[in-house]
Amino acid sequence: MSFATSPIWPPADPRDRGGPQQPLLMVRGLQKHFAIRNGVLGRVAAHVRAVDGVSFTVHKGETLGIVGESGCGKSTLARLLMRLIVPDAGEQIFDGDAVGVQGGISVKDLRRQAQMVFQDSSSSLNPRMPVQGSVAFGPMAFGMPKADATALARELLTKVGLNPALFGGRYPHELSGGQKQRVNIARALALKPRMVILDEAVSALDKSVEAQVLNLLQVLKRELSLTYVFISHDLGVVRWISDRVMVMYLGEVVEIGPADALYAAPKHPYTQALLASRPSMDPDRRREEAPVSGDPPNPVNPPPGCRFHTRCPHAERVCSARAPVLGDAAAGAHLAACHIQNPASGHSLAGRPVLPALH
Amino acid sequence: MTMSVPLVEVEDLSVNFVTRESDVRAVNGVNFTMMPGEVMCMLGESGSGKSVTMRALMRLLPPKRSVIRGRIRIAGQDVQAMGDAALRRMRGGTVSMIFQEPMTAFDPVVRVGDQIAEVVAQHRGVSRREGRRRALDLFELVRIPSPERRLDAYPHELSGGLRQRAMIALALSCEPKLLLADEPTTALDATVQIQVLILLRKLQQELGMSVIFVTHDLGVAAEIADRVAIMYAGRVVETGSVRDVLKAPLHPYTSGLLASTVHDQPRDRELETIPGAPPDMRNLPPGCSFAPRCPQAAGDCQLAVPPPVSPSPGRVARCLRVAGAQPLMEFA
Repeated sequence: MSFATSPIWPPADPRDRGGPQQPLLMVRGLQKHFAIRNGVLGRVAAHVRAVDGVSFTVHKGETLGIVGESGCGKSTLARLLMRLIVPDAGEQIFDGDAVGVQGGISVKDLRRQAQMVFQDSSSSLNPRMPVQGSVAFGPMAFGMPKADATALARELLTKVGLNPALFGGRYPHELSGGQKQRVNIARALALKPRMVILDEAVSALDKSVEAQVLNLLQVLKRELSLTYVFISHDLGVVRWISDRVMVMYLGEVVEIGPADALYAAPKHPYTQALLASRPSMDPDRRREEAPVSGDPPNPVNPPPGCRFHTRCPHAERVCSARAPVLGDAAAGAHLAACHIQNPASGHSLAGRPVLPALH
Repeated sequence: MTMSVPLVEVEDLSVNFVTRESDVRAVNGVNFTMMPGEVMCMLGESGSGKSVTMRALMRLLPPKRSVIRGRIRIAGQDVQAMGDAALRRMRGGTVSMIFQEPMTAFDPVVRVGDQIAEVVAQHRGVSRREGRRRALDLFELVRIPSPERRLDAYPHELSGGLRQRAMIALALSCEPKLLLADEPTTALDATVQIQVLILLRKLQQELGMSVIFVTHDLGVAAEIADRVAIMYAGRVVETGSVRDVLKAPLHPYTSGLLASTVHDQPRDRELETIPGAPPDMRNLPPGCSFAPRCPQAAGDCQLAVPPPVSPSPGRVARCLRVAGAQPLMEFA
């Protein structure tokens, strides 16, 4: 395999082990249940099934967008990928190496190669440290001399569009939200990661600033050959930035596929409802009827069978009886965990290529 | 005809927050009028003064730290001159307000039905039992499923969407003439947000009330507004019908906001952006506040705050570069 000739994959990165065909990240059956304890004895009363058997791959150099509503487990998933919390079950393979197991890659090494940017730009910076110090902190913790780390920090601040002479010595409270998020991006890049997990990284920013940061992320990705996992609730932003999109509902993946295909012809009724719930942007074509009613159910006691069946316009008996499977997420495939997509499921609409329109 | 009398008249409203170190000029001369039954969206980014304007209408700003100038009249009454009793009658009676986070608007240890019953009993002078009957009607009005049971729920037992519906029920309990809605759908999930928007639109039409809806989301404005007011740095920079403003914006800031909102743009091209960041409200630039970020700015933009101009009926913008504009004596 001659990945050295590929323009996207500079052979300079000695950390690339499997070549461009090997996924940078593979996740199989990842699960995290949080126990709810109550009473004086602290007995476990129930479990929040935050992430419940999630499998997907992230290819080198792509952006995988993850969308879903609150409580669908997308942020828990991000924290699991960074091992900020420990999964109950499932495996995570980073460029061919299992994470956190004997003979694989250690969590410390994973965190050199994967970094994260959080939603709240203020609380993720140390308020008592000049931002330049925050950016240099990671490399210094990994043994870089202070002078080199500071030089690197200043270079990175320039890269994210902040003049280090002007901003390097400032404290977080002296910066605006957009500037702080640029600092957080610079800090995430300080260890020269290969993958960056962006958890609602632009959601708290004003629209005019959000567009600036999104453009910056695309430039950085190209220049540094990064791979992104981009988590957001904003369907418009995810479409613009992602190559592939994964839709989550109550801790499970309901649909995954190339961004254009998924937005043009969603295969899961939930994805369809989510897309149809976007405001129209045109006062002459207002939505008259909401695509689905009610709120997402509580992840403590998710409905049996397909978790969306309580709100799905196409729900039939099979939907509450058996949980549909997503299938094997091979490279680039467009899959949905819905009985309608499986001709053998017994659903009356099974095998239809296109979902009936909502309202 | 009653329609010819404006319900809300705001003239040259300005709000300064004064502390020992600084003087934050949050609102700098806002003018608007609203007719009964109208839905106006105040659109703007964080810090543009839209929520402060809302709070000034209800006189909810801290009296010691805020300096309010200008005139606010609601239903013929001068809000600035109201005494405590008149103010209490207005809040929840003539004007009521819903917020982004219903959890902070409800008392967490009182059942939601009792909270609504209390408000009705207080304002209408009826018994608690009668108030509770009214609360049930309101829960049916806002389409809460199994309303009888939900009246006995505590706020934390309701889902986000139901909680927001319960807050709308509380706000409507005394049939207000004006509803102030401060980002009421921002914290909701996408599939729930559209339900609440459609509900608010239907209720507004059924009850014929006026609504001022504060949002930063152009899509939300497109769904609900008759008229929009675009705010920037404490000023209304453009007003007009939602159709006109979203389809053919006059002010460069409005155009920039529309262009930089991510909505089905081609993926292989850069997003259009507005360079720079909103100004520091402690230290506003002289002249047009948007001039430092404006692609069309020239020297004259920095001399004085641009006067409102109206190039066509019903449309007003504060920009020197708006073509064919006639200076306006009175802000429509």
